[in-house]
Amino acid sequence: MSTIDLGMPLEGPIADAITSSVASQGEKQTALKAKDFKTDQEVRWCPGCGDYVILNAVQSFLPSLGIAREDMVIVSGIGCSSRFPYYMNTYGMHSIHGRAPAIATGLAASRPDLSVWVVTGDGDSLSIGGNHLIHALRRNVNITILLFNNRIYGLTKGQYSPTSEVGKVTKSTPMGSLDHPFNPVSLALGAEATFVGRAMDSDRKGLTDVLRQAAEHQGTALVEIYQNCNIFNDGAFDLLKDPTTGVQWSIPLVHGEPLVFGPEGAACVVRDDVGGLRIAETNQVRPEEIVVHDAHRADPAYAFALSRLSSQDLRYTPMGVFRSVQKPTYDAMMAEQLDVAAAEGSADLDALLAGNDTWTISA
Amino acid sequence: MTATDPAVTAGSSAPGGLVKSVVELDRVVIRLAGDSGDGMQLTGNRFTSETASFGNDLSTLPNFPAEIRAPTGTLPGVSSFQLHFADHDIMTPGDAPDVLVAMNPAALKANLADLPGGGLLIVDSDEFTSRNLAKVGYAANPLEDGSLEGWQTVAVPLTSMTLEALAHSGLGKKEAERSKNMFTLGLLSWMYHRPTEGTVRFLERQFRRKPDIAAANIAAFRAGYNYGETTEAFAVSYEIKPAPMAPGKYRNISGNQALSLGLVAAGQRSGLPIFLGAYPITPASDILHELSKHKAFGIRTFQAEDEIAGVASAIGASFGGALGITTTSGPGVSLKSEAIALAVMIELPLIVVDVQRGGPSTGLPTKTEQSDLLQSMFGRNGEAPLPVIAPRSPGDCFDAAIEAARIALTYRTPVILLSDGYLANGSEPWAVPAGADLPDLTGAVGFATEPNGADGEFLPYLRNPETLARPWAIPGTAGMQHRVGGLEKADGTGNISYDPENHDFMVRTRQAKIDGIAASIPATEVDDPDGDARVAVIGWGSTYGPIGAGCRRVRRSGRKVAQIHLRHLNPFPADLGEVLRRYDRVVCPEMNLGQLALLLRAKYLVDVQSHTQVRGLPFRAAELAAVLQDVIDSTSGAELAADPTGGAE
Repeated sequence: MSTIDLGMPLEGPIADAITSSVASQGEKQTALKAKDFKTDQEVRWCPGCGDYVILNAVQSFLPSLGIAREDMVIVSGIGCSSRFPYYMNTYGMHSIHGRAPAIATGLAASRPDLSVWVVTGDGDSLSIGGNHLIHALRRNVNITILLFNNRIYGLTKGQYSPTSEVGKVTKSTPMGSLDHPFNPVSLALGAEATFVGRAMDSDRKGLTDVLRQAAEHQGTALVEIYQNCNIFNDGAFDLLKDPTTGVQWSIPLVHGEPLVFGPEGAACVVRDDVGGLRIAETNQVRPEEIVVHDAHRADPAYAFALSRLSSQDLRYTPMGVFRSVQKPTYDAMMAEQLDVAAAEGSADLDALLAGNDTWTISA
Repeated sequence: MTATDPAVTAGSSAPGGLVKSVVELDRVVIRLAGDSGDGMQLTGNRFTSETASFGNDLSTLPNFPAEIRAPTGTLPGVSSFQLHFADHDIMTPGDAPDVLVAMNPAALKANLADLPGGGLLIVDSDEFTSRNLAKVGYAANPLEDGSLEGWQTVAVPLTSMTLEALAHSGLGKKEAERSKNMFTLGLLSWMYHRPTEGTVRFLERQFRRKPDIAAANIAAFRAGYNYGETTEAFAVSYEIKPAPMAPGKYRNISGNQALSLGLVAAGQRSGLPIFLGAYPITPASDILHELSKHKAFGIRTFQAEDEIAGVASAIGASFGGALGITTTSGPGVSLKSEAIALAVMIELPLIVVDVQRGGPSTGLPTKTEQSDLLQSMFGRNGEAPLPVIAPRSPGDCFDAAIEAARIALTYRTPVILLSDGYLANGSEPWAVPAGADLPDLTGAVGFATEPNGADGEFLPYLRNPETLARPWAIPGTAGMQHRVGGLEKADGTGNISYDPENHDFMVRTRQAKIDGIAASIPATEVDDPDGDARVAVIGWGSTYGPIGAGCRRVRRSGRKVAQIHLRHLNPFPADLGEVLRRYDRVVCPEMNLGQLALLLRAKYLVDVQSHTQVRGLPFRAAELAAVLQDVIDSTSGAELAADPTGGAE
C-alpha cells in the first residue's frame, strides 16, 4: 500500500527509460521487505555505533511506505553517517562535504516523481553545509533530511562539532570549546521549515514514528536524530536514554495531547509571561494552563519556543514532531511555472533563434 | 556650404536650402562615451541594431565600470560603447575610434587619447560647466583653450536642444534631460544613414507602460535626426553600404545571448530537460536571465544560495537525467571546483560555463581576460581531467554550447566552456540556423535500462569500450539502483575501493576517457591562404577577431602567416603537435600571461613564443600585426613594408 504520493513520471527520454525498464521487469515492486533495502556492501561503521540502529530502523519501516526502491534516492555528504547510501538498495549519491541538500534540491526540483532523502551529520549539515541546509528548508523543496547528531566529529577522529556543548574538551579544544552550539531544531524553525522532528537512535518506535511522518510530509522535512558515537562521544545522550532520567528530562510531543512529562506526569509546559513557554509542576497549575501540543500551527514561533525549553545539557528535551504544516513545495511550484509557460507560449526553437529583429540577405 | 572633397558622391538638399553632401566610407568606428547614467550602453545597442538591420557587418565593444552608478561626472563613472561597422566583413570592434562622442568632460578626458589626430569629436557643450570641468581636473575648458585643435571638434548643446525639443512634453527638466542619449542617437542616425523605424518601435515597446516617456524619447530621437539634417554644424553625412553576406536570415546577437540559445538548442536536440543552477555573477548573469525566460522549453532555472549550490544542484539534476548546467565567472569556478571534481569522479554530464573576467580574486568584474584556462585544466584536487572548449566570437558561443553538450553527454563528463566578458557583451550579425540542421544529440543520451553484468546485475562503471563512458542509469529505472560518490570506485561495480592497483587503473582510465575525446573532434584547421607560411599564430577564445584582423594586415603587406584557432583546449586536436612542428616559429597571443603557450610547450616541446596583454580589453589588431610582422621578418630575413592600406580590415 502506498502512503506516499509521488508525482507522475515526466515526459521525454526520462519517462521512456522508466517505462522501458518497467516493461522489461513488470510492474513496479512496492511489496517489499526490510532485506530488500539492504545491499551486498559490508557495513563499516564502528561496532556499537548508533548508525546501525538507525539503518535498521529505516530499512524496517521503508517497506510500509510503499515506495519502489528505484523511486528512492538517498544523497549524503561527508562524515560517518554519510556512508548511509552505500547500504541502501536504492539510488544513492555519497557526495561532498555539506552539499547534499543542494544536490538533492536539483534532483528533487527536476524529478518531482522521486522520493529524495538526505542523510547528513551535525558537522556536514550545520558547519560546512549550514548555508545549504537553511536554504533548502526555507524553499520547502520536497526532500526528507535525516540529521544524525552525535555532537562530535567522528570520521576525523574526535574534534568538537557545531552541536558540541560549550567547554567540550576534544583533540582540537584541550582547554574546552568556546563555541556556543546550534540547536538544530531551533535553527530549522528559524528558517521556517515546514516539518521538524527529533528522535533518539535507540528508540525504535519513536524514531520510526517520526520518520514515517517526515516521509509522508510534502516539502522539506528535517529530523534530528540523536545518535551515539561510542568511540569519540560515548554516552552523549545517556541522560535521555536512561530509563529513570530519560522520563524526567524528555518531553514527548504528541499532537493534540497536553505537554505533560516526567515521573507520573509531574511536570508540564505552560506559557510564560513574555510569549514563550516554561516548565511548571503539574500540580501547581490549572489543567487548562497546560499547553496542548499543536504541530500544525502556521506560525513557527510556538514550535521555536518548544525547542528553546532544552538546554545544552539536554534537560527538558522535547522529542517527537515539533512542527508539521502544509505549504506549496518548491518543486511543485517550479513545475507549475513550466506548465504555465508552456500553456502561454510555444516552444518553437526556430522562432526563438530568430528573435524579434531579423533581416534577410537574398541570393 | 559646398563640399569640395573628391570622395563626395552625392549631394542632397535639406530644408532651408542647405546643401549636404554624402561621403561614402567602407568602414567606421564610433565610440559613444558618457556617464554611467547617460544610457550609453542602450544608445550603443540601438545604433548596433539599426546598423545590423541595415546590413553592415559589425562588431561591438561595450566597456563599463563595475559600479552601477559611480558619482556623476567622474572618471570612474565613464561608460563607453564602441561600434565598428563596414561594407565588408570585419573581425574586431576596431583598434581606435574614428568618431568619439563625449557626453561630458569626464568622458572626453577618459577617451580622447584613443581618438587619432584629425578624428571627429562630438561633445555635449552643455556639460562643460566649470563644476564638471573641475570634477575631472580640467583647469581650463578644453572647448575654449585650443587643446582640441588636433581633432575635428563639433561642440553641440545636446542637453539644451533636447530640453527644447521636449519643452511641451509635460516632463520635468530632469526627466526630459534623460532623453539626450536619444537625441544623440538621432543625430548619429542621420549622419550615418541608419534606418530609424526599429528604434521607434523599440522605444514604444520598452516604455509601453509609460507612453509619455516613450513619446518624449521618440521626440528627442527625431529632433536629433532633424537637427543633423538642418544644422550647418554637420555638412557631411556618411554612407556605408551593406556588407556582402551569404544569403540567409540574420540577426544581431551578443555572446551571452548566443550561449543561452545554444543551451536551449542542446536541450531540444538531445530531448533532455535542462536544469541551470546558477548564482548571479558578472559577466555571466545574463545567461541566467535569458534561460529563465524559456520555461516553455522545459528549462528549469534555479538561482542558488551560492556558487557551490549552483553546481551541486546541477549535478543532482544530471543524476536524475537532466542536462545539468551551471554558469559563472572565474571566482565562481574557484568555489565550484570541489563539486566539479565530484562530477569527474561520478562521471555525469555537466556543463560549466565560465564567462571569464579580469582576475585574480574579484579582479575586474566587467572587463575581459582569458586567464582561467589553467584553472579549468588543473584547478581541482587529484588527477581530475575534463574537457575544455572555447568560443571564438559572440555568435560562435551558440555552436560552442552545443559542442559542450555533445561532449558532456557522449562522454558523461563535466565540460568547461570558456567564454569571456568581451564575447559575452560584444555582438555581431549571426546567421540564424534552422533548428533541424543542428547536431542531433539524442544518440549521446541513451539511458541504461537493462542490467549489463554477467549475473544480471547492473555495473555502473562498466564502460563503453569506444568512448570509455559509463552507463547513465537514472532513478525511477527498476533494477538499476546503484550508488555513486566521491570515494574511489572499483572498476565495473563502482563500489568503494582502496585497492592500489584499482586506483592506478581508474586514474589512468579517467584520463584516457578525456584524451579519447580527441577522436571525435576535427583535425586542426589552419588558415594559410598560400600554404607556405613559415610562421604560425595560434590562439583560442575571443582573440580570434583581433588575431584574424592582424593576419589580414600582415598578408596585405605581402607577408605570409598561418592562423590556427583552437576550439578544443582539452583535449587538443590529435594532429596539433604535428601541425605546429611544421612552422619555423609559432606565436601565441593571449589575454593572460601565457597559459596556452605553457600547455603547448609542455605537451609538444614546440618553442611557442608567447605574446600577452592583460589590460581588460581585447588586443588591438595593429599591435598583433606588428608582432607578427617582426617575427616573420626575423624568420625570413627579408624586410617588407608595413600594411600599405594602413589598417583596414
